[in-house]
Amino acid sequence: MSRLQVVSGKGGTGKTTVAAALALALATEGKRTLLVEVEGRQGIAQLFETEALPYEERKIAVAPGGGEVYALAIDPELALLDYLQMFYKMGGAGRALKKLGAIDFATTIAPGLRDVLLTGKACEAVRRKDKSGRFVYDYVVMDAPPTGRITRFLNVNDEVAGLAKIGPIHNQAQAVMRVLKSAETAVHLVTLLEEMPVQETVDGIAELRGARLPVGRIIVNMVRPEVLDAADLELVRSVPRAAVAKSLSSAGLGGARRGGNAERLVDPLLAQADEYAERYALEQEQRAVLDELGLPVHELPLLSEGMDLAGLYELARELREQGLT
Amino acid sequence: MSRPEPAHTHDAARQPHHPQHLSPTRVLDLDPLLDDPKTRIVVCCGSGGVGKTTTAAALGLRAAERGRKVVVLTIDPARRLAQSMGIDSLDNTPRRVKGVEGDGELHAMMLDMKRTFDEIVEAHADPERAAAILGNPFYQSLSAGFAGTQEYMAMEKLGQLRAKDEWDLIVVDTPPSRSALDFLDAPKRLGSFLDGKLIRVLLAPAKVGGRAGMKFLNVGMSMMTGALGKLLGGQLLKDVQTFVAAMDSMFGGFRTRADATYKLLQAPGTAFLVVAAPERDALREAAYFVERLAAEDMPLAGLVLNRVHGSGADRLSAERALAAAENLEEPRIVDQEGGKAGLRNSPDTYGSSPSSASEAPAPDEGSPATTDMERTTDTEDTQRTAAADEPQSVAPHVERSVDQLTASLLRLHSERMQLLSREQRTRDRFTALHPEVAVAEVAALPGDVHDLAGLRDIGNRLAAHRPELPDPAVDA
Repeated sequence: MSRLQVVSGKGGTGKTTVAAALALALATEGKRTLLVEVEGRQGIAQLFETEALPYEERKIAVAPGGGEVYALAIDPELALLDYLQMFYKMGGAGRALKKLGAIDFATTIAPGLRDVLLTGKACEAVRRKDKSGRFVYDYVVMDAPPTGRITRFLNVNDEVAGLAKIGPIHNQAQAVMRVLKSAETAVHLVTLLEEMPVQETVDGIAELRGARLPVGRIIVNMVRPEVLDAADLELVRSVPRAAVAKSLSSAGLGGARRGGNAERLVDPLLAQADEYAERYALEQEQRAVLDELGLPVHELPLLSEGMDLAGLYELARELREQGLT
Repeated sequence: MSRPEPAHTHDAARQPHHPQHLSPTRVLDLDPLLDDPKTRIVVCCGSGGVGKTTTAAALGLRAAERGRKVVVLTIDPARRLAQSMGIDSLDNTPRRVKGVEGDGELHAMMLDMKRTFDEIVEAHADPERAAAILGNPFYQSLSAGFAGTQEYMAMEKLGQLRAKDEWDLIVVDTPPSRSALDFLDAPKRLGSFLDGKLIRVLLAPAKVGGRAGMKFLNVGMSMMTGALGKLLGGQLLKDVQTFVAAMDSMFGGFRTRADATYKLLQAPGTAFLVVAAPERDALREAAYFVERLAAEDMPLAGLVLNRVHGSGADRLSAERALAAAENLEEPRIVDQEGGKAGLRNSPDTYGSSPSSASEAPAPDEGSPATTDMERTTDTEDTQRTAAADEPQSVAPHVERSVDQLTASLLRLHSERMQLLSREQRTRDRFTALHPEVAVAEVAALPGDVHDLAGLRDIGNRLAAHRPELPDPAVDA
C-alpha cells in the first residue's frame, strides 16, 4: 500500500470528499494519517465542519478503532519560509524578501516553484520519522489539483528541469520526483458517471502514464442507486398507462379514471422513468469506458442526505469494505 | 451609470404562469441582456464542473440566433463541446461557427495562452529582441505554465477582441482556476511583479554590468540578489535577469493593458454571470464570487443555476410516494381481503365499474396494449391468489407485475422529490444571503451536449423562467 495517496479529479466530482474519506479509512485501526490540502480552498475545514486550517498539522478527526486523522493546509508562502529556514537558516531574510516581492514571485509567478514547494512539503511528511525511527504518519493523503493540471503539478521535475539545472530548487525537485515516481505513491482519479468527467479521466490517465507517474485507482463518486433495473425499463416501454393508473390507485393515491389523481400522476412518473432510462444507458456507456482502462474501479454512493460528517464516515467505511485500504 | 441588471429583471411573483415557483427570487431574464446593443461583454465565471463553458457557448449561440454578431472565447473546453462548435483546432483566432440560424453570426475560439503571449512579444519588440525573449528558458516556462498565465492571457485576449470592435458581443468563459477569482487577480499580480521592486533588483546587475555595479545598490539589495541566487540557482537567476532585461521596454505596456482590461470589466457594457449548480460547494463559491465582484465594482447581471431538477408530479411528496411504494411491494400485509374490497368499492378507483377501461385514454380497439393489460391483470390476480393461499409459493421467475414497476416509479419519484428539496434548501441559503441577485434556473439534462442543437436547447432552458419539466411520456 503506497504511503502517499494523491487524489485528483475533475472539478465538481468531489475529490476533496473522497480524499477525506480515504484519509479516515486509512486511519482505521490505530493508524495515523495526514490529509493535506494544496490549493488554499479550505475545503477540508468545511468538510470536517471546523474553522479554517492554519499552516500547521492539526488533529481533525478520530477514526474507528482509535486511528487519527491530521490535516494540513499547505501555504506555499509559509512553506517557502520554512524551507529557507530549514536548509539555509535564512528565516530572518523572509520578511525582507517578502517586502521586495520575491516571495510572491517565487510562490505565484515563477513557474513550477510553487508546485515544488507544495509537493515537497507533502513528501517531507511522508518521509518524516520520530525519534524511535518510525514514520510519523502511516499515510499521507493529498487533496490534489484537478485532473487537467495534475500531471504538470506532480511532474515538477520536468517543469523546473529546463529552468533550474543546478542549485537547491533543482535538488529539491529531484528528491520530490524520487518519491512521486516510486511505488510509495499512488495517484487516484475521482470521476462521475458522466461523459465529460470520464473523458477527462481517460485523458488524465494517459498523461500520468506518459509522465510515468504511478496511477492508482478510479473512484466513481456520487453513484445514484439503481431504482429501475433493465427489466423495469423494458416494462416501462410497453406498460399500458391505465394499468399504472390502476396500480397507483390501489396504493391509495386517488382515482385511476381520466382526470383522477392517480391517473394524472402516470405521465409525469413515466417521463421521469424515461429520463432515468436515458441516464442509465449513458452511465452504462461510461462504465464501459472506465473498464477499458484496466484499472481497479470503485463506486461510492450518492448520499441522499447530502454530504456531511456522518456521510464522510459512511464513505470511509465503504472504501474499507471495497478493499481500498 | 446604469448597470444592465435592473432593467432585465423582475419579480417572480409577477409571473402568473408559474405560481409554483418556490421562493420569491428575482428572475434573471437573459434575452433582454443578450439583445441589448449596449451589452458588449458577458463574462461567465464560477467554480469547476458547473457547466460554465457550456453556458458561455449556449449564450453565444442564442445571442447570435437573435441577430447579434458574437464571438465566444473559451479557455479549455471539453473536446466534445469544442467539436459541437466546430473548433477542434487551437489556432487562437476566432472561427465562424456553421449551422447558426438567423441573421447573426457566431464565432468561437479557444485560447492558446503561449501563442497569445508570443504575439504580444512579437508585436512589442524588434525582431532581434523578440527572438531573444522567445528563446529564453525562463520565458518558455512562464508562457507555458505559470499559474496565472492562462488568466492573464484570457484577459489580454479579451482586451484584443474588444479593441478590434468586430463583434457586437463577446462571451468569455473563465479559466478553471485554483480559485475562481484568479482571473481577476492574476493580471494585477503579474503587473505588480513586472513593475515591482524585485524587477529593479533583478535588472540592476544586468544593466550596470554585474559586480562592478553592485556598489550602486545598497547592501540590503545585494543580499537579496544573493538570497535569490541561492534559492533559484545561479543559472536560473541569470535567465530571469536576461529575460527581465529583454522585456524591460514592454513592462509599461503590460501594466497599461492589464489596467485597461480591468476597467473594461467594470464598464457598464460588461455583464458578469456567476454560474453554479444547486450544490453546497458550488453555491458557496458563487456567494463568495458575488461578494468579490461587488467589492471590485464589477457589474453582476445575475446567477445562472445549472442542473436544477424539476418534477411534473411535485404535488406528490417524497414521503407519500415512498409509503405508496411500500404499500404496493407488500401486498400480503396490506392487500388483505377487507382492504382490497374497500379499494374496489371506492368509486374513484380503476376497475370499480366496467366503463372505466373505456374511459382510460390509452388503447385503441384490439390494440396489443389491451391484450397486454389483460395479461398483466391476470398475472396480478394469479399472484394475489397465490399469495393469499400460500405466501411462500410464489414462483421466483414470475413476470414482474405492474405493481412492482409502479412501486419502482414511486421510489424514483421519492428520490427526485428529495433531490428537489435539497436543491431548494441549498438555493434558499444562497438567496437569503444575496436576495439582490437575480437567478436564471436551467433544468438538468440527462446527458452532455454534442452539437448546436444541444446548445440551442440549453439556450432555451436558460431563457425560460423556470426549469422545463420533462416532456410528457409517450403513451405506452
